Amino acid sequence: MSNISKAIEKVDSEEKMAGKAKYINDISYNDMLFAMTLRASESKAKIIKITYPKIPKGYTIVDYNDIPGKNFVKIIYEDMPIFAKKEINYYGEPILLVVGEDKAIISDIINNIHVTYKVQTPSYELKNSVIYYEFEKGKAKEIFKNAKKIIHFDYSTGYQEHVYIEPQGLIGLYEPDKITIIGSMQCPYYIKNAVMQALNSGEKGVRVKQATTGGAFGGKEEFPSLIACQIAVAVLKIKKPIKLIYDREEDMEFTTKRHPSNIKLQAAIGINNEIQAIKAYVALDSGAYIGLSGVVLQRAMIASSGVYTIDNIEVAGDVYETNTVPNGAFRGFGAPQMMFAIEMFINHIASELKLDPFTLRNKYLAKQGDITSTGGKFRDVIIMDEMIKKVMKMSDYKKKYLKYSKKDNYKGIGMSWFLHGCGFTGSGEQKHIKALVKLRKEKNNFVTILVASVDMGQGIQTTLRKIVANILQIPVKKVIYNNPDTDLVPDSGPTVASRTIMIVGGLVAQAAKLLKEQWIDGKEITIAKRYKQPKHIKWDEENLRGDAYPAYSWGVNVVEVVVNPITYQVELIGIWEVYDVGKAIDERIVLGQAEGGVLQGISYGMLEVMKNVNGRIQQKNITDYIIPTSCDSVNIETVFIDNPYLLGPYGAKGAGELTLIGGAPAVALAIENAINRRVTKIPVTPEYIMELIDYGEN
Amino acid sequence: MAKIKFTLNGKEINITIDPTARLLDILRDQYGLVGVKEGCGEGECGACAVLINEVIINSCIVPMGTINNKSIVTIEGFSETKRYEVIRKAFEDEGAVQCGFCTPGMIIASESLLNNNPHPTEEEIRIGLSGNLCRCTGYNMIVKAVKTASKRGEGLW
Repeated sequence: MSNISKAIEKVDSEEKMAGKAKYINDISYNDMLFAMTLRASESKAKIIKITYPKIPKGYTIVDYNDIPGKNFVKIIYEDMPIFAKKEINYYGEPILLVVGEDKAIISDIINNIHVTYKVQTPSYELKNSVIYYEFEKGKAKEIFKNAKKIIHFDYSTGYQEHVYIEPQGLIGLYEPDKITIIGSMQCPYYIKNAVMQALNSGEKGVRVKQATTGGAFGGKEEFPSLIACQIAVAVLKIKKPIKLIYDREEDMEFTTKRHPSNIKLQAAIGINNEIQAIKAYVALDSGAYIGLSGVVLQRAMIASSGVYTIDNIEVAGDVYETNTVPNGAFRGFGAPQMMFAIEMFINHIASELKLDPFTLRNKYLAKQGDITSTGGKFRDVIIMDEMIKKVMKMSDYKKKYLKYSKKDNYKGIGMSWFLHGCGFTGSGEQKHIKALVKLRKEKNNFVTILVASVDMGQGIQTTLRKIVANILQIPVKKVIYNNPDTDLVPDSGPTVASRTIMIVGGLVAQAAKLLKEQWIDGKEITIAKRYKQPKHIKWDEENLRGDAYPAYSWGVNVVEVVVNPITYQVELIGIWEVYDVGKAIDERIVLGQAEGGVLQGISYGMLEVMKNVNGRIQQKNITDYIIPTSCDSVNIETVFIDNPYLLGPYGAKGAGELTLIGGAPAVALAIENAINRRVTKIPVTPEYIMELIDYGEN
Repeated sequence: MAKIKFTLNGKEINITIDPTARLLDILRDQYGLVGVKEGCGEGECGACAVLINEVIINSCIVPMGTINNKSIVTIEGFSETKRYEVIRKAFEDEGAVQCGFCTPGMIIASESLLNNNPHPTEEEIRIGLSGNLCRCTGYNMIVKAVKTASKRGEGLW
């Protein structure tokens, strides 16, 4: 196995194909009970009284009274209750669980519980700011004060729902001194820590095990902590195994989504048509509780100059609370919103100034050594020039762009340039996560990888094994990786932020190298490795200054479309993508990330509509919320260009999120090119295209 | 309650059952065939697809009363066949499996398509798979897998 990128057989494919892999709903226990959630039917209210029907024997109500610890889900802020006590802050907020043997009887009980509310006035507008950040690079404020010419556009983005095909679900198990949670999840230790706080128990009182997870995309980052706390409390009370599985409607209506955003961008233009400064303002709708919204906002703000080096930038942003379902992590984590806005904006600046957009973008494209938006440095080689040339050749971009710009044939082509900071923002890894990984060489010379990182489809069962096998020069079959179990693995951090291969894989690789040095046949050896921030990376968390990320992955997407001149429906003609992810640990696995990610990004830009009307999500199932089918997808040409990162395993950087980020701006620019009107919001639906054609600006 | 006779993965079954019960629930809960997945419960996603008389159907919207005298094949039954072996290898080689939740349904869809049309064009494959949603792959690796299976399985379908 000399070339790490060469694809090998995916370790877990066979059992998944044969239907033998056990997802959470495929697991059962004797005496197992089921739970369902009673939810608030108001957006903002006080609970006055709850009246119960006669509860049959063997059925139990579990609510806030049963929580031995704090009635908050431990995420970052203590604001989201496990069960609502008196206050209701969004339609659908969980009030209690009904637990019992027969789902039909549980459902009947839920339908006959009457909650009396004192209804209050809900707020759905972005008015109540709960987090505000700002930072400045250079002298942006001064430049804007004296600017002769300012170009200003407003952008907005909608919800996006994850639609992992496997809905959320967990099982809780009882032992006298331990509660075990098994389920579909990204972050076993987030759940463990949340449940410990809810139960007021010590480390040993809670065990969390991941079951095979049917897709996540961020949706199983922090949300499962909520239902894990609920189930843990129920198990503690009832002392039997309890299963909670959401059906699709409950999952769509009441679990986290991508934050809708409003983004205002301004550019101060100098006398030679140069961009002197950019001013960005981002407003995120967090829903009823903050959750991870502050961190999402940071990532959005840091991305405010996209792949461009602008010497003077002023950035501000607010997280607004509204009485709507809380929003949360979703692949890209704030970056897709901002990258859409900045990519449209740089093109809109060019059209305002009557400049060739390609020339303008190229002029500001970041180079190695440039200063980032937060005053850090792009330390590593940037190969965007080569990537852009490659994608333009593959897609015949230039010729098509000129042709479609002149002709009124409803065809268009768009190109997005983007980057993604790999790993946690700022000092997250060093200060908060402090990842620990272990490798244990067994007496039989097999090697077990002990990490808390999960495989949710992205293939780490294979890639982590491959890294270890390759370093130790042993067959992949002799490397063991089991789904994480917090009683057996150390906390290597959550499976998020495109950190698993670069950070966790990097530590695993270091441990494997140490193990190789200490290898003695037939002896058990354990190697532990903890994350240490590279010394040159400095971050000021207060002021958002310094190196926000240790490394960046880069991408270029081209999308070609045809817009139906009668229905304004958009059909994809072709997708071309070139990425720098450092080094692909397994080409076929990373290709899977690239093709799946780009389609998720494109459909975020043109297809996926979710609306909240008076606090209620209108799209409650896959019939209403449209995701692409095989017929909506087209051939995708993908190229990875190696650009190894010194501190990544075999040079690998993050890949999972990057591939989603360029899709929306590329397709929006393609539609703009096709209809010769400015696009300022996504999704670009046929209704919006009609509006633009009738009233829009070109 | 109704008396129903059907074959399940080749075995004859006679049961008395609520004719409105969902086939999906009976397969999973009564026969332990948990390779049949529930993704949406309303016939949209295809994760629960099975073959009924050799044609793909979403088992979440099939009432038991409608399967009298019919043949049901789930992924558990199909995975014992030579055709499965060809599809399995093609899915593996083309990287068609990520989270795997849609995969049993996708394989049933592939079989249903190839059984009806052993040499489908790319467009026919896309149409054949369009009732099965996948959120991970972007579909193309699955489309290629079906193409590859069709080539390698010459004579099997």
